[in-house]
Amino acid sequence: MKTLPAVDAVIIGGGWAGLLMAKELGSRTALSIVVLERGVSRNPSDYEDAMDELEYAIRMRMMQDLSQETVTLRHNPGQRALPLRQHGSFLPGAGVGGSGEHWNALCPRFLPDCFELLSRTTEKYGAKALPEDHSIRDWGVTYDELEPYYTRADKLLGVSGKAGNLKGKKIEGGNIFEGSRSEEYPTPPTKVPYFASLFRDAAKSLGYHPFPAPSATLSQSYTNPDGISRGGCTYCGFCGRFGCMVGAKAQPTTLLLPIIQKRKNVILRTGAWARRILLNSESKSKARGVTYIDASGEEIFQPASLVFLSSWTFNNTRLLLLSGIGEPYDPATGRGTVGSNLTHQVSTNAATAFFEQPLNRFMGSGSAATLVGDFDGDVFDRGTLPFLRGGTLGARGYGFQPIANFGVVPNSVKAKWGSEWKNAAVDYYDRTGVIGFTGEHLAYKSNFMDLDPAYKDKLGDPLLRLTLDWRDNEKKMADFATTKAVEIARVMNAKEINPFSGLRSYDSTRYQTTHVQGGTIMGNSPSHSVVNPCLQHWQLSNLFILGGSTFPQNSSMNPTPTILALTLRTADAIVDRYLKSPGPLA
Amino acid sequence: MRRRHFLTLSAATLGGVLVYSLDRKASLLASEQIPIRIPLRFFTETEALLVAAAASRIFPSEDSGPGAREAGVSIYIDRQLAGSYGRDRFRYTQPPFEEAPAELGYQGKETPRQIYREGLRSLKGFHLLSPAEQDKSLQQIESSVFFAILRQNTIEGMFCDPLHGGNAGMVGWQLIGFPGPRMSNYDEIEKHYGKPFRPKAASLSQVTGKKIHPSEDES
Repeated sequence: MKTLPAVDAVIIGGGWAGLLMAKELGSRTALSIVVLERGVSRNPSDYEDAMDELEYAIRMRMMQDLSQETVTLRHNPGQRALPLRQHGSFLPGAGVGGSGEHWNALCPRFLPDCFELLSRTTEKYGAKALPEDHSIRDWGVTYDELEPYYTRADKLLGVSGKAGNLKGKKIEGGNIFEGSRSEEYPTPPTKVPYFASLFRDAAKSLGYHPFPAPSATLSQSYTNPDGISRGGCTYCGFCGRFGCMVGAKAQPTTLLLPIIQKRKNVILRTGAWARRILLNSESKSKARGVTYIDASGEEIFQPASLVFLSSWTFNNTRLLLLSGIGEPYDPATGRGTVGSNLTHQVSTNAATAFFEQPLNRFMGSGSAATLVGDFDGDVFDRGTLPFLRGGTLGARGYGFQPIANFGVVPNSVKAKWGSEWKNAAVDYYDRTGVIGFTGEHLAYKSNFMDLDPAYKDKLGDPLLRLTLDWRDNEKKMADFATTKAVEIARVMNAKEINPFSGLRSYDSTRYQTTHVQGGTIMGNSPSHSVVNPCLQHWQLSNLFILGGSTFPQNSSMNPTPTILALTLRTADAIVDRYLKSPGPLA
Repeated sequence: MRRRHFLTLSAATLGGVLVYSLDRKASLLASEQIPIRIPLRFFTETEALLVAAAASRIFPSEDSGPGAREAGVSIYIDRQLAGSYGRDRFRYTQPPFEEAPAELGYQGKETPRQIYREGLRSLKGFHLLSPAEQDKSLQQIESSVFFAILRQNTIEGMFCDPLHGGNAGMVGWQLIGFPGPRMSNYDEIEKHYGKPFRPKAASLSQVTGKKIHPSEDES
């Protein structure tokens, strides 16, 4: 094994979190920084001729190469897990920028009570109202503490939207249920595709409070505080699973890479597959660097004084387990922390609605949407509803492409191929709209991650094993959302409506969201969390973990702004406090 | 090296279609009644005829509009199987292979190439049957993995960018009013509410003015 000269900081993973940390530390300090990214290098110009649905959205050119590594899945600890051999319910990205390149760029904040879920819910409903096997936790950070960092993240990305709560004042037209914002969005909301406008009008007539989705794909040109200028969206519709052709979508390659590339103290190494975080041999109280396999297959040791783990939920958890850092979580005893609190997100096509009139739905953007937050979190009177928390309903105007969307027909059409099916599918192709639902996923004791005993990656290291299934809370929440979505679709004058058929066992073949969280969660106590509220490892004070793996449970919302805000907060803690006096920050 | 196979079709049934010569140069055929021979990369000629026949029962050509035959779906599938998709380049294929509930996705060892080769064996003589007999035969395999990927690949071949060998002449896109990639809908998205807006279809090469090399050509 070759040992390289030591650097001040090594960052594992070149996505939103890792590159944001590299940008912050790289431009605010003189630290020497190496970013290890196992995928390919990327530039915004790569996407100029990428509007090819088959290559990008169907064959998934930007996603992780599963022939090298995947995860295994089982529904409960009594089963044998099997590998997810092809992409399905989530789509982790690969290459520089990670999933931040191919995201849809929906950019909402989490509701304030999400960060104090255990204490707020217990306070309001009593401990007995919580599901018996829950492992819900407070984050150890509050919305108010995070708000300034959310605002910085919004400005970095130029998020387009309309505030619904500005310094405590509710504003109609925005999301009146959101936490108080200190500033209006940097840019106004996006244009509204026709289907989203139908949804908006129907929701309003029912007394709900529709609002334009916050969008990190710009409504108009914008220059951020770092001096990076981007133009506005053209509504071409090639967003999710694609990189943006015109640079309107916020991506790590447009916002962070150009700054990093100018800094002589930051080096980005691609094709570098991190394998272990090594500890100092005497006290085991510090990380001393990272071993990785480079593009040529050679094993390299990169010593560093600071180690950042920012390689997405799965690899953050897996690298700790492979490196023997911390105690693996055991659901039987409740001991250990690494791997606990695996959550995904409730995500359904709550109502698929078929209309008389065409929707022109090839036009749009991944985040040109109208949302309704009236059933989110705990903002509504739940009366005798048999579940906790909630989620948002929304009409998305992604820009629909034909391979992925052809063939959806009303339930009254039974055929799945042949003349009857073809004619109905052609007829309805541009007259079909989906009211989607995304809801919170609570944490449970037996939804967790550990190392798989049978299946290996390309290097022979064990795959990560997910033990994951839905509980009654999610199933009942999804059913409730379906009745609400059908109600709205009726007011939209849909001719026919296919309601969501209900959540059953966790289905890895149906795309849900790429918001898989947990495994290395943050919290106020080392007895149940892996990192402290500064995202610093409780035992190894020079190891920081960034990303959704630190979320104790999942909100109904898209996680990127929260990941960015937490990362900025950690960067401040390092620059302002840690570098002056290295050691535990909490 | 495999014996060279060709699919012989009349140009008229294909519309005006891009075909590939053996050195993979694309050329546009006028819709004339001369038979053309399309070099096959994976299928034998008989297999290509079987796939063409089956795909056109899944997505038939009729008065209501063109189907798999006009779009060149069998040619599209041939190119896909010859490329990385056909050999499962990006799928996790390490053993052991076990039976699993449907929620864990396809767990088989067989690649798309193997699934087609095996599946087509069970359709021997299919292309010589009457449409009604063909439908009956497909109903018998409706729940198979082979049928599932044949149906999926047929939809892909109907609606992919023509650079992949399907959607010839953009017949699939025109059938459903999809214009292909458009650099901007900025001035249009909030107009046309409730009224059809149907810009003329254009392929990625036409829109970008570049020759795009499909990944299935890299082997």
